[in-house]
Amino acid sequence: MPEIRVTPLGAGQDVGRSCILVSIAGKNVMLDCGMHMGFSDDRRFPDFSYITRSGRLTDFLDCVIISHFHLDHCGALPYFSEMVGYDGPIYMTQPTQAICPILLEDYRKIAVDKKVVEITKHIHDNRALRYVELLPLSGTVQEPQSTSNAFTPPLTHWLLSPCILIPSACETPGTSPLMLVDDELEIKAYYAGHVLGAAMFQIKVGSESVVYTGDYNMTPDRHLGAAWIDKCRPNLLITESTYATTIRDSKRCRERDFLKKVHETVERGGKVLIPVFALGRAQELCILLETFWERMDLKAPIYFSTGLTEKANHYYKLFIPWTNQKIRKTFVQRNMFEFKHVKAFDRAFADSPGPMVVFATPGMLHAGQSLQIFRKWAGNEKNMVIMPGYCVQGTVGHKILSGQRKLEMEGRQVLEVKMQVEYMSFSAHADAKGIMQLVGQAEPENVLLVHGEAKKMEFLKQKIEQEFRVSCYMPANGETVTLPTSPSIPVGISLGLLKRELAQGLLPDSKKPRLLHGTLIMKDSNFRLVSSEQALKELGLAEHQLRFTCRVHLHDTRKEQETAVRVYSHLKSVLKDHCVQHLPDGSVTVESILIQAAAHSEDPGTKVLLVSWTYQDEELGSYLTSLLKKGLPQAS
Amino acid sequence: MKLYCLSGHPTLPCNVLKFKSTTIMLDCGLDMTSTLNFLPLPLVQSPRLSNLPGWSLKDGNAFLDKELKECSGHVFVDSVPEFCLPETELIDLSTVDVILISNYHCMMALPYITEHTGFTGTVYATEPSVQIGRLLMEELVNFIERVPKAQSASLWKNKDIQRLLPSPLKDAVEVSTWRRCYTMQEVNSALSKIQLVGYSQKIELFGAVQVTPLSSGYALGSSNWIIQSHYEKVSYVSGSSLLTTHPQPMDQASLKNSDVLILTGLTQIPTANPDSMVGEFCSNLSLTVRNGGNVLVPCYPSGVIYDLLECLYQYIDSAGLSSIPFYFISPVANSSLEFSQIFAEWLCHNKQTKVYLPEPPFPHAELIQTNKLKHYPSIHGDFSNDFRQPCVVFTGHPSLRFGDVVHFMELWGKSSLNTVIFTEPDFTYLEALAPYQPLAMKCIYCPIDTRLNFIQVSKLLKEVQPLHVVCPEQYTQPPPAQSHRIDLMIDCQPPAMSYRRAEVLALPFKRRYEKIEIMPELADSLVPMEIKPGVSLATVSAVLHTKDNKHILQPPPRPAQPTGGKKRKRASDDIPDCKVLKPLLSGSIPVEQFVQTLEKSTQHPPVPFLLEQHGFSDIKVEDTAKGHIVLLQEAETLIQIEEDSTHIICDNDEMLRVRLRDLVLKFLQKF
Repeated sequence: MPEIRVTPLGAGQDVGRSCILVSIAGKNVMLDCGMHMGFSDDRRFPDFSYITRSGRLTDFLDCVIISHFHLDHCGALPYFSEMVGYDGPIYMTQPTQAICPILLEDYRKIAVDKKVVEITKHIHDNRALRYVELLPLSGTVQEPQSTSNAFTPPLTHWLLSPCILIPSACETPGTSPLMLVDDELEIKAYYAGHVLGAAMFQIKVGSESVVYTGDYNMTPDRHLGAAWIDKCRPNLLITESTYATTIRDSKRCRERDFLKKVHETVERGGKVLIPVFALGRAQELCILLETFWERMDLKAPIYFSTGLTEKANHYYKLFIPWTNQKIRKTFVQRNMFEFKHVKAFDRAFADSPGPMVVFATPGMLHAGQSLQIFRKWAGNEKNMVIMPGYCVQGTVGHKILSGQRKLEMEGRQVLEVKMQVEYMSFSAHADAKGIMQLVGQAEPENVLLVHGEAKKMEFLKQKIEQEFRVSCYMPANGETVTLPTSPSIPVGISLGLLKRELAQGLLPDSKKPRLLHGTLIMKDSNFRLVSSEQALKELGLAEHQLRFTCRVHLHDTRKEQETAVRVYSHLKSVLKDHCVQHLPDGSVTVESILIQAAAHSEDPGTKVLLVSWTYQDEELGSYLTSLLKKGLPQAS
Repeated sequence: MKLYCLSGHPTLPCNVLKFKSTTIMLDCGLDMTSTLNFLPLPLVQSPRLSNLPGWSLKDGNAFLDKELKECSGHVFVDSVPEFCLPETELIDLSTVDVILISNYHCMMALPYITEHTGFTGTVYATEPSVQIGRLLMEELVNFIERVPKAQSASLWKNKDIQRLLPSPLKDAVEVSTWRRCYTMQEVNSALSKIQLVGYSQKIELFGAVQVTPLSSGYALGSSNWIIQSHYEKVSYVSGSSLLTTHPQPMDQASLKNSDVLILTGLTQIPTANPDSMVGEFCSNLSLTVRNGGNVLVPCYPSGVIYDLLECLYQYIDSAGLSSIPFYFISPVANSSLEFSQIFAEWLCHNKQTKVYLPEPPFPHAELIQTNKLKHYPSIHGDFSNDFRQPCVVFTGHPSLRFGDVVHFMELWGKSSLNTVIFTEPDFTYLEALAPYQPLAMKCIYCPIDTRLNFIQVSKLLKEVQPLHVVCPEQYTQPPPAQSHRIDLMIDCQPPAMSYRRAEVLALPFKRRYEKIEIMPELADSLVPMEIKPGVSLATVSAVLHTKDNKHILQPPPRPAQPTGGKKRKRASDDIPDCKVLKPLLSGSIPVEQFVQTLEKSTQHPPVPFLLEQHGFSDIKVEDTAKGHIVLLQEAETLIQIEEDSTHIICDNDEMLRVRLRDLVLKFLQKF
């Protein structure tokens, strides 16, 4: 029995380290190759030895597909290819390919930095690095000389060579390009809207298919469009479920709230700190503030803290086709990523008097510039910090969001937080409603949840099973889900046979299902359905004629000719739907069955009917003999 | 399968392919060479043009002198310029299901087709083709609309008058169908019917046909198309290039195994090498500028201009031209330059890698940043303030009949210091220049056409091996001006089928198979048997379902359960449906074995009334000329067995007959 097997090596009932193995129709595909930031040991990477312990990985995997540039989806790639030794094809979109080396390079610096931090006992909670959104992209960290746990080969070089680009999956529904991995395996990319270049994938072999969403967002925002998928009816939909239980209020309200809070703070002369990750939400919020500033004609400066931002914005400018329709339409007149009001931040600005808004990395206030600024501003109740995303336990961000106002900093210092603390969800993940919407759009036969917390998944699983009446799975890491499939088999039918059948299908009495009869010729992997005659001819075989001639004895004293006439009129009246003929030579035919009347050699009062038919008319011939055996009705 | 040829221009094709149940238009190019017969539209009132003498017939009849003007021995129509449309009468264009666009030059007739023929289908094109195609149309409309001309000449089109006119007006074809330019509204409406596609995307048309665009290497987003069903493949090659300029390289491999390859859009200047033309372009440009003259480059706002700017970027400093201003004047100059930078994934590898840095893929960004290249929507406004001479001006239209180029021709034509350099191959430069004669300005002809030449074509055909090649008739003979150059034509086996405008070709194509899906339940029930090593057979009896041109075979329904027993007649009383087909039989009966089996008692479990089914003891076998006769004496039954036939002649003993039948069937194969 053919089946689809799915095993999460990461992201099974967990967020982080996304890595899912899919076996479909004999093809093995690995979806994402992420790292887990909550660990610094082996658990950081997916357990690739699950795929094979002894053999070369490349022999076992047909391809690897990366959904987007966040490190929990692509962070283990260097380890995977350089240390484990995979050198087969890796598929990703162009923005992903362009941006993920930068994130990886940055992570490498952090990784080293962390070690330094470890040594000096100033260690933060490891879990703080769980989310890639945390990664500061500041160029301030020293370039390491050599380290044991960092990837040594030059990353940019590595990433540019082996990847195969997936052409732009446009926001416009109806356009999803297709890549052929080999003769049988097809990949189709759909717009996912989560970050620049994020894509969902359909993996298809013959009539079997799996859709993997990666991370996606079902509501359009200011720089990206919404994810969409057609009614592709996959056997399985593997979807993320970060916000499995959350339903967010309208985006417009959130934006209005955000702007109101920023505006109020600036009006009263306060400073606003927005800790962000340099790529993604940062651009979204910058566009939001930029347009607001312009509309309200505000003068307070907006700063962006990292040197990389300019570079990041540059990527956005070059990858305009991946943004939303509005930006694409207007970019010639005005490139949305060329900000007028947002300027580069300098450390010294933090101490300047007067109102200002500062975007600073990292996003969870666990290190770097955002934390430095936070410490400076925390004491003043006029100021405000707005957390635009999820914060992991143990980070300063998480602490202040959970209401803690006295923070213990390094050196046993206590920082009293008097500034206002606000949380605004601008996360670009689909919420529960969005996930249900996507399931409804794709109409899968089964759903499998990954990239979420087990408890929340359980809830969503029930909801999906109730609403769509499909099976929903949520395997843990290393656990395999097996789905039997029953793919139909494509064969070639000879046009002659098909046309003959179609023509007969048009006959008025075609209510009864008609049977098509033919011969399937299987030669190597070439399957052809042809008419039996053609099959015989092609194979150089002669037809074997099987004919029956049955003697039916009738009591009839009249002449043979008259018997024949009686037989004819009898059959004519019984077999209304058949072609019954009386031939000039005295014989009677029913369709192609021949009936002849002859005198009995011994008994003149008995006539012998010779009923002759071929095997093809077996049913009718057999029926006729039994009918005639019962005798003819008396002539009136 | 038929091909309707609506355009006679080999590089601006418009063909309609009827394939299976679909009607597919391949490109809709607009032949603009017709505009060469018209007087230029000057932006600024030109005394020279308005004072040209009228032309009258030899008999002195002067009624045409309002419509026709004479300039240096050539006669021009003084009217709004008109274009030669594709044939609209050959086929009902409202029946066209889809239009496939191969590149932005080959879609210029789109508004005429989609807006005025009752067309209700979909147009497929890549995003760069649409965006740049829009720019080209916008520019064209702008050029023509901003100099409104009251006069629209029509007298000269009268057939009786036209034949009296001097060449080339006399020989112009289909003048009655020539049309004025469309409006921006029509352009927008036409473009709204386009659906965007990406390379190698498979687009299903009514479940019957699949179309796929492939990179053709000629321009941003330019594509060749594969039109295929599961068993037939037509490749449409239009405007392809093997040179490494800015676009993504041509995908040749996917063209393999075509039944028919339709080949259009080859180079228009097969004798000119693009590389050496670029070299000549640069050296002539610098020579002129160094002598204090101005250089005029009539061009389209997209395409080769990107490559020229890139060459100049590398050349400017070494040639000491860094102080010379370069102007790019077009209503869409800014858009064109901006758009070129965001289509990274449609570019060649070298340019793609730039965006990883991240840097703009084309160096003209730097030329603009350093103020070496300036762009303006027209000569009015800012340009007149910034204008410095000597300078280099890139502007349209390459026909020299409308656009800002007309102004520069008038302005610079009188000085021999200046040079006009023709790079676009679409118009013969002497004809383009005709209404400006006499001209003191230097004229250099460096046509840059990167499309396939005949050497490349023959290599390509050898590689992809199509069964048949179809091409415009121009490609099956040497160019008229070089009739001895038999190398300048397509050479393939079997010889290419050629077409001309308004012709209908029946393509040599025999469809033999169609795809059908066997449902898994049915597949499970099939019993394959091996006939020869590697060849297996299975007889299939199934129900055929056809929906949306997709065919599915499902298992036959189970025989209906007898319900409500009483009302029903006994099954044997039912008249059988003669349409239930029995399989064909093949093989032969081994007589000895057959007889042995008859003699043996049957292995059936003894059923009381079948007791007589014990072996026959009175079997007699006779040899005949062709085989054998087996006689069951007591049962008065005779079985004629020959190589390819068996005939059972018996009394009306159904039980025995069925038994013999099944025994015979055991020895035969069923089909």
